[in-house]
Amino acid sequence: MPEPILQTEKLSKRFGAVVASDAVTLDLVAGEIHALIGPNGAGKSTVIKQVAGEIRQDSGSIRFAGRDIGRLDMVARARLGLARTFQVSSIAPEFSALQNVMLAVQSVERKTFRFLKPARSDTSLKEQAMSHLVRLLLDDRAEIRAGDLSHGEKRALEIAIALALRPKAFLLDEPMAGMGPENTAKLIEILDGLRTEAPILLVEHDMDAVFALADRISVIVYGRIIASGTPEQIRANEEVRRAYLGDEGHDGAA
Amino acid sequence: MNREAAISLLIAAGLLAAPLLGNAFDEPFVITLATKVAILGLAGTGLNIALGYGGMVSLGHAAFFGLGGYVAGILASHALNYEPLFTAPLLVEGTTQMLIIWPVAIVVSGVAALVIGALSLRTTGVFFIMITLAFAQMVYYFAISWPAYGGEDGLSIYIRSEFPGLNTLNPLHFFAICYVLLILAIGFSFLLSQSRFGLALGGARQNAQRLATVGISPFRVKLTAFVISGMMAGLAGALYADLNRFVSPSMLSWHTSGEIMVFVILGGTRRLFGPAAGAALYIVLENTLGDVSEHWLLLLGALLVALVLFARGGVIGILAGQTRHA
Amino acid sequence: MTVSLIVEQLLNGLQFGFMLFLMAAGLTLIFGVMGLINLAHGSFYMIGAFACAAVAAATGSYWVGLAASLAAAAAAGALVEVAVIRRLYRRDHLDQVLATFALILVFSEGTRWVFGSFPLYLTVPDFLSGPVALPGGIDYPLFRFAIILIGLVIAVGLFLLIARTRLGIRIRAGESDREMIAALGVDIRKLYTTVFAIGAALAGLAGALVGTIQSVQVGMGEPVLILAFVVIIIGGLGSIVGALVSAILVGLADTLGRFLLPVAFDTFMDSSTANNVGSALASMLIYILMALVLFLRPTGLFGTRAH
Ligand SMILES: Nc1ncnc2c1ncn2[C@@H]1O[C@H](COP(=O)(O)OP(=O)(O)O)[C@@H](O)[C@H]1O
Ligand SMILES: [Mg+2]
Repeated sequence: MPEPILQTEKLSKRFGAVVASDAVTLDLVAGEIHALIGPNGAGKSTVIKQVAGEIRQDSGSIRFAGRDIGRLDMVARARLGLARTFQVSSIAPEFSALQNVMLAVQSVERKTFRFLKPARSDTSLKEQAMSHLVRLLLDDRAEIRAGDLSHGEKRALEIAIALALRPKAFLLDEPMAGMGPENTAKLIEILDGLRTEAPILLVEHDMDAVFALADRISVIVYGRIIASGTPEQIRANEEVRRAYLGDEGHDGAA
Repeated sequence: MNREAAISLLIAAGLLAAPLLGNAFDEPFVITLATKVAILGLAGTGLNIALGYGGMVSLGHAAFFGLGGYVAGILASHALNYEPLFTAPLLVEGTTQMLIIWPVAIVVSGVAALVIGALSLRTTGVFFIMITLAFAQMVYYFAISWPAYGGEDGLSIYIRSEFPGLNTLNPLHFFAICYVLLILAIGFSFLLSQSRFGLALGGARQNAQRLATVGISPFRVKLTAFVISGMMAGLAGALYADLNRFVSPSMLSWHTSGEIMVFVILGGTRRLFGPAAGAALYIVLENTLGDVSEHWLLLLGALLVALVLFARGGVIGILAGQTRHA
Repeated sequence: MTVSLIVEQLLNGLQFGFMLFLMAAGLTLIFGVMGLINLAHGSFYMIGAFACAAVAAATGSYWVGLAASLAAAAAAGALVEVAVIRRLYRRDHLDQVLATFALILVFSEGTRWVFGSFPLYLTVPDFLSGPVALPGGIDYPLFRFAIILIGLVIAVGLFLLIARTRLGIRIRAGESDREMIAALGVDIRKLYTTVFAIGAALAGLAGALVGTIQSVQVGMGEPVLILAFVVIIIGGLGSIVGALVSAILVGLADTLGRFLLPVAFDTFMDSSTANNVGSALASMLIYILMALVLFLRPTGLFGTRAH
């Protein structure tokens, strides 16, 4: 196996009495989709938040692209190439979809502190932003106020923003949550093509999507990784079946 | 041209016409009022960058406004007394040249905004409001207790500062200076709001987490805007000192902060001409209500309460038929 | 400099601290339960002082005046809450700031209308005038001493109210979960009006007490309001314990700073410069304290919530 781009080592986090992460050791290597699954409240989002820098781990380390990022803030980690989406959509609601993506593009160009030239007439900025919307099939919604987009479109917009960051790794927290079957299918196709650009750490409840996409799956329960392996291994794993998937098959997910 | 642009043009033209008419009909008081509108509108335009575009509810902009005023007052008083400000490490003399006073006022208020902003932006929401208010109060008390420049009594400036080629003692000339600066500031605000930086600032206002996630520091963006905002307020303060030929701690008082904020909201936050319109309305109200009753502030207060409760989006919002809100 | 002078300044600081607590407690309670920032809180302080002065003058009894200050401030609070404030809970802080700023104009100008621009004076009731002899042969004004005791009693009473009574349970519930409390069938409107009136009454009481050692005049509430903000920033928003600790800290720092700094600078400067520098620095001391706390702990000493 190649050197992992992202590696967490014994990441632990408590909220009062709740152990949200219990020595979580995970990695992500180039070209793969690594799915992190587990019941509600198992601690999946907490892992994403710690890796993205939204919350600080109590102990353990995070390495990304060859350096220790465990003490950097969100901004610095994003700049190093970590692109993250939220379980609950987080966008600038008054801006158009296009403007939301433009923010990411100008960040990557490191050209934010420009005060006088109108961003609107910056064709390169707009075209780049547009190209990412096109990939997420949002081009005809480019000028819509982001707050007025449908739920599914907001989820897709977040991924377009993540794409625009040209990241070295994606952290996606339940991108399919609340999407209809049709949109889910489209998104599966899009994510499938994405892994060659940058590997994806994918938190997802939709087991069909997970088993369709994942190269590797890790199962987290009560903050602990109880199993990690290929989809086949996970399906066959007794402990996982008992703790999570349920004996009747993989549709039993919460 | 949309309705807001038309209204803006009307305000700009109206503010220009008022002193000319005042001059024609020999009502110099009108010129003074129009100059006051231009200056306070400039201060409000500054606050609008922080408050409107950046969503930073600063209740401390009197600090920057007042510091600008004190820079003008202190430099002029040293020049008029032939006393250098410093002798060591190098000789610094006072001045009555606006072209020197302005940059100094801008730098001083910018530095103050940098310090106050950097501390205040460690928090948000109500905390931010209270902290900016408290820091401005600190500057206010300092001005009161520091006796060198008049302390509580303030500092008189015996002659209006000079501008090359103009007679600043001619009210129309002085108005022209203030008016041009106001228009320049509004133009700058327009460019800023449309620029990449403006986009980032809007992002920071709407969703700081989103901005951080794409790798732009909301703190840096907001702090930059706060400093620009403070600088404009400082420039306005320097002009205000020249208008009144007097500076006092009242320029630094929390009441002044509140008034600048009222201009912005009265006119409409994030409207380019909102603060100027708000200042104009406020000053017109002050002068007409003042005729109705000596307790005009009571009427004004009641009017403002009603405005907040029932008419959101400010005057320009109402006129433009859209009630967008901060 | 004598020991008795220092003790006297310490007591003055304590007395100032308790007055700030009465202001800050109401503010922080109102913010904690309703999420409202109220700039007009200083107006209740002023109303309390004027009510006390007017009623004490009319009846000749300071105590009736004190009761009137509580009643007037609470009534003004309840009235304003019903007429204006309750429309602001769901608005953003900007609207709250503007509306309550406007309310200050209304209150201040209204008071000026009724009472005129000249300050009123409250006289200390006879049996509280004169000094009290403290251990160590220290004489301290009895009235100021009484203010400290009253402040202490109110602080204890407030803690008991919040910890022990049914109203306190509702207040705490309101602070942690607004939906929950509505679901429990508590009349949330009545609760809000009550909390607001209590906060106003505390401010009014503080105004009446302080009005006795200073003059009663329009605008007297605002400087105290801003100090109360500083108290809250240092103590942590929404925390009553934080408000108490920080109020006393601010009261002591301010009083002692004004007293000690000029003296301290005097040891290595000529005395007029020392006096200037010392008093200028003293006037900024608590704000410097605030900046320090912000730098080290942005949520305040006792604050837990991120803002
Ligand atoms: N900020 C927080 N404060 C307290 N508890 C939290 C916080 N965030 C998460 N938790 C708790 O940590 C556990 C894991 O939460 P989370 O990571 O969101 O789970 P998942 O994403 O797997 O559904 C849950 O028990 C949740 O209640
Ligand atoms: Mg989750």
